[in-house]
Amino acid sequence: MPDRTRSDYDLCVVGAGPAGLNATVTAGERGLRVALVDVGVQPGGQYWRHPDERFPDTLPQPSATRRHGWREYRDLDARLDALVRGGRVVHLAGRHVWGVHPGRPFLVRATAAGEDADPVVVHARRIVLATGAYDRQLPVPGWTTPGVMAAGGVQALLAGHHVRAGRRVVVAGTGPFLLSVAAGLAEAGAEVVAVCEANALTGWAAHPLRTLQEPGKLVEGAGYVTTLLRHRVPFRTRTVITAVHGTGRVTGATLRRVDRRGRARAGSEERVDADLVALGWGFIPQLELAVGVGAATRVDVDGSLVAVVDDDQRSSVSGVYLAGEVTGVGGAVQSGAEGALAGLTAAADAGRADDPRLRARLRRRIARAHRFAVAMHRASSVPVDWPTWLADDTLVCRCEEVDTGTVRAAVRDLAADDPRDVRVTARPGMGMCQGRMCGFALSCLVSVETAVTPAAADLASLATRPLATPVRLAELAEMADGEEG
Amino acid sequence: MIDDSTRQLCFDGRNVPFRPGQSVGAALAAAGISSWRTTRVGAAPRGLFCGIGVCYDCLVTVDGRRSQRACMTPAHEGQVVASDDPRRALDEPGGPNA
Amino acid sequence: MTFRGPAPDAVIVGAGMLGAAVAYFAAAAGMSVIVVERGSIASGTTSRCEGNLLLSDKEVGPELELAHYSQYVWRGELAEHADLWEFEAKGGLVAAASEAQRAGLDALAEHQRSLGIRAEPVEGPAALREIEPAIAPHLLGGVYYPEDAQVQPVLAAHHLLRLARERGAEVRTHLPVTGIRIVGGRAVGVNTPDGAIDAGAVVVCAGPWSGDVARLAGVDLPIRPRRGFVLVTEPIPVTIRHKVYSAEYVENVASSDSGLQVSPVVEGTPSGTVLIGSSRERVGFDAGFSAEAVGRIASAAARLFPVLADVQVMRTYSGFRPYSPDHLPVIGEDARMPGLWHAAGHEGAGIGLSVGTGRLLVQAMRHATPDVSLLPFRPHRFADADAA
Ligand SMILES: Cc1cc2nc3c(=O)[nH]c(=O)nc-3n(C[C@H](O)[C@H](O)[C@H](O)COP(=O)(O)OP(=O)(O)OC[C@H]3O[C@@H](n4cnc5c(N)ncnc54)[C@H](O)[C@@H]3O)c2cc1C
Ligand SMILES: Cc1cc2nc3c(=O)[nH]c(=O)nc-3n(C[C@H](O)[C@H](O)[C@H](O)COP(=O)(O)OP(=O)(O)OC[C@H]3O[C@@H](n4cnc5c(N)ncnc54)[C@H](O)[C@@H]3O)c2cc1C
Ligand code: FES
Repeated sequence: MPDRTRSDYDLCVVGAGPAGLNATVTAGERGLRVALVDVGVQPGGQYWRHPDERFPDTLPQPSATRRHGWREYRDLDARLDALVRGGRVVHLAGRHVWGVHPGRPFLVRATAAGEDADPVVVHARRIVLATGAYDRQLPVPGWTTPGVMAAGGVQALLAGHHVRAGRRVVVAGTGPFLLSVAAGLAEAGAEVVAVCEANALTGWAAHPLRTLQEPGKLVEGAGYVTTLLRHRVPFRTRTVITAVHGTGRVTGATLRRVDRRGRARAGSEERVDADLVALGWGFIPQLELAVGVGAATRVDVDGSLVAVVDDDQRSSVSGVYLAGEVTGVGGAVQSGAEGALAGLTAAADAGRADDPRLRARLRRRIARAHRFAVAMHRASSVPVDWPTWLADDTLVCRCEEVDTGTVRAAVRDLAADDPRDVRVTARPGMGMCQGRMCGFALSCLVSVETAVTPAAADLASLATRPLATPVRLAELAEMADGEEG
Repeated sequence: MIDDSTRQLCFDGRNVPFRPGQSVGAALAAAGISSWRTTRVGAAPRGLFCGIGVCYDCLVTVDGRRSQRACMTPAHEGQVVASDDPRRALDEPGGPNA
Repeated sequence: MTFRGPAPDAVIVGAGMLGAAVAYFAAAAGMSVIVVERGSIASGTTSRCEGNLLLSDKEVGPELELAHYSQYVWRGELAEHADLWEFEAKGGLVAAASEAQRAGLDALAEHQRSLGIRAEPVEGPAALREIEPAIAPHLLGGVYYPEDAQVQPVLAAHHLLRLARERGAEVRTHLPVTGIRIVGGRAVGVNTPDGAIDAGAVVVCAGPWSGDVARLAGVDLPIRPRRGFVLVTEPIPVTIRHKVYSAEYVENVASSDSGLQVSPVVEGTPSGTVLIGSSRERVGFDAGFSAEAVGRIASAAARLFPVLADVQVMRTYSGFRPYSPDHLPVIGEDARMPGLWHAAGHEGAGIGLSVGTGRLLVQAMRHATPDVSLLPFRPHRFADADAA
């Protein structure tokens, strides 16, 4: 067996998005020995996802003039490169961390995500968790039909592979991110039949200029509005998709106008043809590693479970720092600033010189971005009555194929009365994605039935995943002899 | 230019072009193929959903290895991709795909 | 006080498998009961175990008698509900890797047959693979136990409580018992943050936490947790047909080691996942991940079924088996505190033994002579031993 152990790191950073990259570079440049572990073969995370750099001829790279924040990425990437060449930082790409465990004082276990990598075990004195987020989803009749995708996934195909997942597209859900997805699709030549925003957007959409002035914004809203206008993309507020049609492949969707709570207005049905439906209801922080190390959590304004940090990005667990979407969805700018602050704090806690001016500047940037994010979350919240769109046979859990009726029956007939209880009784969330896709929806459905608002503990039980990603039995067996010591 | 570097993988006996650097899932989607897995209970078709490796809906058999995420697996020349069938038996170790 | 109306005959502390079984048989016998559970139903050990109803791992003595009796209840009085909790008499297979193990197994099987357990010898690797085609070729043979069965414990607990509710029982979840009310040396009810609940009897079904609950009445009940890990694989096509374990477990049962013990038990489930258990170690209520336990379980399972080596494990979980110093449960009224009853400490067999326990306890509460003597399970036996 090859030696998989990487010992003696001052810091292990999990995630190479805006937060993790900033943490790595900041800590590395202050003299810490850092191991950066990320699933991707190249850094960037979700925001800076770009085509495989080894093939610039077949998959053109973004340009700084057309891609927001691209110059910043190039700068960080160059600094990372310098640190790697200087031996300060090791970038363990193509590795999925499945567990962070106690051991001198931390052991980070990762499995190979790609074919060229092998599993690794990293010993580190401190940890930064910067694992980002994934699209939040709400089930709707027909949402398991091929051709229905997460809005972020549609974006990822475009940004990372230059692939347009359909020709005629409906984009639906809530939040400014939908505009960015629709604009990307329109520019790639897709016909965007409609962008359906569930909320009225009296907040940010009415003031696109204010949005532009705000450096902490989630997406560059006004720029996308221009693109959408140029392509004549219909933008509809207070409109949702209540059904997706097609067997084997999406053929269309039913749109409905809704009231403030998300109740469909009578007679407002409209059927549109489409071969791609992109759905996004905000983002859910990827929290299992933070929950796994025992970090304290709370429910954020957008209803997501997030991990608690102090003003310097320390979690409630000594030696564990958190940065980016895991502390509350705030977008790339906030993530980057939090990452830099986490790197700075980890270095200072390890005895390196502090930089009070940088610290103050980062804190200000985070506070500003956070204020904007809170306003945005309020303007684009999930309508409370969304479960009224569901039929009894609408699947809630895509993996285990558990439908709405079964979830409701678990509460009504079997007295399962919190999300964890429903999960173990009726099996939603017990499949391969470990409840990532249905966890939020499940907690809403149970809450409707029990009339109890989900608490942080309920959501944390759904975010508990002892294995953050599946691991081959033979690979687990290698731990049998305590080989990592 | 771009055509020169177009390669092919084999999906269920059919040639599917891809550009180096793309994932199996991206190649299939670009070819208009939207499903390659059947669910265990409802025998329903599934393909890409999250696009970033977290939903496990896009599972596919790649060069004999079961349950690979199409959206995370890089495409290669000559790769043999087979739709995932929950009823197909596991390979014995030491078998053709071991 | 939130409970209105006349005091019920019993208040049951804990809605795990044991609380559910006691509530069911009490309600079925016409008793009025309230179950008080601090979490949700089955939120303790009952949702962190495997649901095996085993005879194959029992040795002569009171536990075997209770296991036999429970099988009779599962398959008799409860047969009409079997589908609700996915009862499946799938049979167990124990496989030997060496001649020595095989000899040991044969001897055990012969002994078990003399006690009335069906234990069929499996002669040679070919016969073994006929029963379980994917089993490792190096295994030499073993013993087949056709009576071994399983249920889905979470469903069993929920449905037994549903049936109890239909017969008038009340279940109060997310409500911890914080005190036991004692009047004139007798337990007469419990305290909760919602107020007091008075009852004719207090039944402690708090699993590994039963010692803490008994202490509320000033009674020492030496029940402690013994941690076990289980691995769950991705759903795969039907590959493993029975509950299969290796003969190492026979050696482990004999061992009194307090350190980590691992005996592989591998079985397929109706949802396509394979459950792989399990470990035993005394580490208090530490729910942290153990690389050694998980690694050794994985390694043992891959030796038993090499075909699983490349299968992905999607989650692990651990639970705390409630065990007593003599590894027998405590069932019955506590002689030190009249009105205080116990049904706890069933260690690694609480699912299987639950329904027998519930039925016998209710017989005793109703002053009938239990079908099986509860004397070996009397709760105060450890105090007797101390005094002696
Ligand atoms: C699919 C998707 C597309 C998005 N596109 C945009 C966009 O175009 N514009 C925009 O403004 N915002 C976008 N967002 C929002 C995005 O969350 C933020 O803009 C920003 O990327 C957050 O930065 P971060 O560093 O906190 O997390 P991320 O950028 O998400 O980075 C987290 C990184 O950690 C890795 N990771 C997670 N878990 C593990 C693990 N266990 N082991 C190893 N690595 C792990 C991930 O693979 C990822 O590379 C998108 C989000 C998603 C989910
Ligand atoms: C890994 C593993 C595998 C196992 N495999 C099997 C098997 O295959 N077959 C088998 O038969 N058994 C098996 N077991 C054993 C079985 O799980 C237990 O014996 C059984 O679940 C015990 O049930 P219980 O009701 O006594 O305890 P629990 O299920 O723990 O229930 C006790 C309940 O009391 C509640 N409670 C505690 N304190 C209070 C309070 N103060 N107020 C209110 N409520 C309270 C708890 O919240 C809990 O819900 C296994 C155990 C483990 C750990
Ligand atoms: S599309 Fe979700 S994992 Fe591949």
